[in-house]
Amino acid sequence: MSIKLEHVNYIYSAGTAYEKHALKDVSLEILPGQFVGIIGHTGSGKSTLIQHLNGLVKASSGAIYYNGENIYADGYDMKGLRSQVGLVFQYPEHQLFEEDVLSDVCFGPKNQGLSKEECEKRAREALELVGFPEKQYHQSPFELSGGQKRRAAIAGVLAMRPKVLVLDEPTAGLDPAGRDDILDQVRYLHDQTGMTVVLVSHSMEDVARYVERIIVMNRGEKMLDGAVREVFSHYKELEQVGLAAPQVTYVMHDLQERGLPVETAATTVEEAAAEILRVLRHGKRSDT
Amino acid sequence: MIREITIGQYYPADSVIHRLDPRVKIVCTLLFLISLFVQNSLSGYVIATLFLVFVIRASKVPFRFIVKGLKAIILLLMFTVVMNLFLTKEGAVLLHFWIFTITENGLRISVFMAIRLIYLIIGSSLMTLTTTPNALTDGIESLLRPLNRFRVPVHEVAMIMSIALRFIPILLEETDKIMKAQIARGADLESGNMIQRTKAMVPILVPLFVSAFRRANDLALAMEARCYCGGEGRTKMKPLVYKRQDYAAYVIVVAYVVLAFVAGRFAPLHIWIF
Ligand SMILES: Nc1ncnc2c1ncn2[C@@H]1O[C@H](COP(=O)(O)OP(=O)(O)OP(=O)(O)O)[C@@H](O)[C@H]1O
Ligand SMILES: [Mg+2]
Repeated sequence: MSIKLEHVNYIYSAGTAYEKHALKDVSLEILPGQFVGIIGHTGSGKSTLIQHLNGLVKASSGAIYYNGENIYADGYDMKGLRSQVGLVFQYPEHQLFEEDVLSDVCFGPKNQGLSKEECEKRAREALELVGFPEKQYHQSPFELSGGQKRRAAIAGVLAMRPKVLVLDEPTAGLDPAGRDDILDQVRYLHDQTGMTVVLVSHSMEDVARYVERIIVMNRGEKMLDGAVREVFSHYKELEQVGLAAPQVTYVMHDLQERGLPVETAATTVEEAAAEILRVLRHGKRSDT
Repeated sequence: MIREITIGQYYPADSVIHRLDPRVKIVCTLLFLISLFVQNSLSGYVIATLFLVFVIRASKVPFRFIVKGLKAIILLLMFTVVMNLFLTKEGAVLLHFWIFTITENGLRISVFMAIRLIYLIIGSSLMTLTTTPNALTDGIESLLRPLNRFRVPVHEVAMIMSIALRFIPILLEETDKIMKAQIARGADLESGNMIQRTKAMVPILVPLFVSAFRRANDLALAMEARCYCGGEGRTKMKPLVYKRQDYAAYVIVVAYVVLAFVAGRFAPLHIWIF
């Protein structure tokens, strides 16, 4: 289930006055079972990048391999690819259209050619996974709140049982509780089923808490790519391109500068607290 | 995908033509189009060609953008040429085979017709390429203002036009996004027969309509929140005022029209049958 991009370039509206080189020579590989975060400033090419992962847009140059097969080869089964790589878009209102939520979620499995019962079974499963209240299954998707629409939209993709789940800013417009809820569910899915997850986000805190690897995009180029700690250790460079490491990274560096011998690698509040406590306790013990 | 479609596409650049008052561009384009159709001589078309080349150079729009507009009329163009070529019966016969006859007159008329159509498209594309849709509607509103006296709601019509123009690219972009979102869920838009394909459009049209209505609603609210209440007593932040360059443009275009007319009348320049 690995996805491999080699020297991918993408140009919007090539040959017009509005030409825009949105991806510049991007190479990367997403391995099976990874939980990858993609961060970057607005307009840095994150959405464009992930639309390549299931062949929705065709790279202007470069190659993409899914499980070692070139997806641009003649006769490649694009439809098959799209049911293996599920993509949830940034704005859920772009995909809800049915009379009620349940049938909307059934749309994906129906396109996979499954029987009606099977579709409904999968749809219920998916809705349950994203924590959508059962009493609203038969409500019109247009009457839902923003957060509920988003859950329905995510369920619509999960119902296809993809091997790779790509989420484009799934938490935009959600309250903190709803945000943690959805991300916790995604992590649960990842841990339970070994599903590969690619999460696009603006929020460093989110990314730091959930993912194991971060890809930083800047003006269409891949700027950094590595384990969470490693990427955040470049926090000065991140700042230069308008991004910031999580708050705790700053706190830890400040503490270290002021003489508290903490390790600066912590990326979440919990880790930081543990580290500070460790150092403080250790200090006390050495006093007595 | 669908974004590639261009309608009345504006080409951003900084040129004399771009800076002209939209009223000047509208009136001059009309004058140019009329001059094309009263023209019937080789010398007139030579002058029109020189004039067009001059304006295109001044506009700084690359030539390939200008000819893009021609693609849309290529069928009409061929049809007109073929019809004129074979159906004109007057004049000396040039060529005769089987049931087809081509006469001198037929050739002449079809060539002139083709030139007219091509220049017509180039002329009007030049106007839309160098004028933003908003400036264009401003210009139209200002030119049509005298009709207010006959109770024509000029301002409202212009407002509707500018909103419609503004929404075209937004809706195209929206359609593109919706199509992608549904294709990602396995929607199949290409294969199948007519009925299946029409059915496949539903998942695209429903969100599109919903979003169009939502946008219209939002826009109405936003306009009301800023106390918009029609054209009455409304002033403009940037009223259209003629500047020196605008008068100069009028003079140049009128000079061209007169020159082309006089040349056609008194020095028609006959070469072979043209
Ligand atoms: N359909 C399009 N046509 C032309 N240019 C586009 C199109 N979509 C995106 N772009 C341009 O490509 C660049 C990358 O856009 P993209 O949507 O990938 O950014 P992003 O990183 O997802 O931003 P955001 O965080 O705001 O979602 C931007 O500069 C944008 O203006
Ligand atoms: Mg985006």
